[in-house]
Amino acid sequence: MLYLNIIVAGLLTGAVYGLMALGLSVIFGVIRVVNFAHGEMMVVGMYAAYLIAVETGLDPIAALPLVTAGLFLFGYILQRGLINRYIARPEHEQFLLLLAVATIITASLLMGFGPDARNVQLDYAYDSFQLGPLLLDKVRVLAALGAVLGVAALWAFFKLTRTGKAIRACADNQFGAEVVGLDVKRLYAVTFGIGAACVGAAGCLMLLLIDVQPYIATDYTLLAFIIVILGGLGSMPGALLGGLLVGVSEALSGFVVDPSLKSAFSFALLILVLLVRPQGLLGRA
Amino acid sequence: MKHHLSRREFGLGAAATGAVLAAGGGVTRARAATPLRIGSLLPRSGFEALIGQGCQRSVEVAKKLLPEMGYSFEVIDADTESKPEVARTQAEKLIREGANILVGAFDSGQTFAIAQVAEQNGVPFVINIGSDPAITEQGYKFVFRNFPTSIMLGTNGLSRFNDLFKATGTTPKTAVLMHVNDTFGQSMLKGINALMPKLNLPFQIVETIAYDPQAKDLSIEVAKAKAAHADIHMVVTRLNDAILMTREMVKQKYDTMAVISPGSPGMYQTQFLKVLGKYAEYAITNVPWLDPKQQLAHTFEAAFTKAYPGEVCDIDAGFTFEGIMICADAYKRAQSTTPEALVEALKATDIKDRVMLGGSIKFNEKGQNINLPSACVQNRKGKPTVVLPADNAELKPVFPVPPWSKRT
Repeated sequence: MLYLNIIVAGLLTGAVYGLMALGLSVIFGVIRVVNFAHGEMMVVGMYAAYLIAVETGLDPIAALPLVTAGLFLFGYILQRGLINRYIARPEHEQFLLLLAVATIITASLLMGFGPDARNVQLDYAYDSFQLGPLLLDKVRVLAALGAVLGVAALWAFFKLTRTGKAIRACADNQFGAEVVGLDVKRLYAVTFGIGAACVGAAGCLMLLLIDVQPYIATDYTLLAFIIVILGGLGSMPGALLGGLLVGVSEALSGFVVDPSLKSAFSFALLILVLLVRPQGLLGRA
Repeated sequence: MKHHLSRREFGLGAAATGAVLAAGGGVTRARAATPLRIGSLLPRSGFEALIGQGCQRSVEVAKKLLPEMGYSFEVIDADTESKPEVARTQAEKLIREGANILVGAFDSGQTFAIAQVAEQNGVPFVINIGSDPAITEQGYKFVFRNFPTSIMLGTNGLSRFNDLFKATGTTPKTAVLMHVNDTFGQSMLKGINALMPKLNLPFQIVETIAYDPQAKDLSIEVAKAKAAHADIHMVVTRLNDAILMTREMVKQKYDTMAVISPGSPGMYQTQFLKVLGKYAEYAITNVPWLDPKQQLAHTFEAAFTKAYPGEVCDIDAGFTFEGIMICADAYKRAQSTTPEALVEALKATDIKDRVMLGGSIKFNEKGQNINLPSACVQNRKGKPTVVLPADNAELKPVFPVPPWSKRT
């Protein structure tokens, strides 16, 4: 039964990882730009939720729509004003640009908030549910539920709305999309905004689980990469699956083998998938 | 056109040269009279920033308080960014900028890097905090440490366990050990494993769990510890991980007789007390601490609290202050900023009026102060409080501690 608890804890954390990585996957799937500032954008979301909580007393979950909207706007403007100019440029230039954006974000956060770890004191921070033999951390359950709802909302957006379908059309065939009169530049900006909104939402939920510091961003950028490569770069269900796999792998390897080897197992999983199925578990060849 | 130097021009030139030489001599004399320049190296950013900033507060207090006590010096501050390679380059930079003596650097890895630079450049280095025993085992001539080695920390810290059990009449049989997996954690682990049989402790360690020093989630580690069903939860932590660990213990309803550290940072620190509130209560750390019986400890604590209300004046603050004081004291006695004179003065250090628990500050032939016993410090009413040794205690120890659900 102990193992069941460990697996469930891994799944709950993995769901939030999945939502975080989803933004990266959406952006790459459509615009074909790898967002190296992904973790930093999540940290911006975390600080935004933290500020709202401190100033207004609003719970990070309640602040989620506001932060998501703010990050959408941030992503939209960033793409329209800066990244769009680099779309046709070589990949190494895109890489350097986004690395510069990441560095600027971290330095700005450091100047604004300092290096101290900050968290939101919640009334239910220490609560847990006893569900039969399962002991479930309330915060983790809420974060995972939020993540699943976020993924469902995004899926519905891409399947059911005109803008969502237009974005998918751009992803499938950019030239074709332009021929039929779609405003590809605007759709790219909307896509980047959606990716940023996803990571902003993930930031709100992550604030429930961990303290925020400017320096944590790099680790999460790397984690997001592992997840999307595992699941398949550009695949939305793949990102969620990758998140869950990494969550469970970290939990089980930490418990059974050695907690210090948690990350090593995630990388081992990544290497295994790259060897057996280079396009990722749900990616297209 | 050829120009012949007249006697008048020669006379003026000679006078000017004389004036320049005299001024030069003046400059040389003025240089000799400048106060000691202490290069302070601390991890003020990076993953140890919180503690580095805490140490920096103590440096700021020392800058004001020590001159009032008759010491003369100035401090050049540097940030190691919590990285040994940056610590090395910053130490080199401070020496280039004219630092006569270095002090720092909280972390063993960074301290090692600075010690090598100090030794290569022949500049004295006083370690405020840094416990790796190897640092003072290299035969260095310019390195002095006023902080216990991890072996001393482990020995002194573990010795207090028996004192605690005796004082409270409770004897646990098993323990689980969770430790941070960095230089400090590893050397503490080695020390604990080596000392456990020698110190005749009544309990056995049934599970040892190492974790990443930059871990953001310790739920699995804590689940593993809980599964061991041990009587006490022994920890070797830093700050953020101590907070994460305690949160998880509360969430997972993991109660033990006590959470005890045999000598590591984390549980006595301001942020731990602020963030965890009632759940920070009763945590025990066996570490060197400010001596409630020393007048200077009270003076320093008062100055620190006045300058930084709400911050805990802890072991880091105390040792950092003493680090600056040791440098200033050596200069006061040496009356010179030359490395040789400072090293000789450091070797002869004998400071009786100090901040921390223990006898005079004195260095042995390896440059290590061995008068650094540990106190048993328990968080009580939001303040780390000395509960053992009984002679220095402010309150009696509580052990076993109340379960998480009974904390108010």
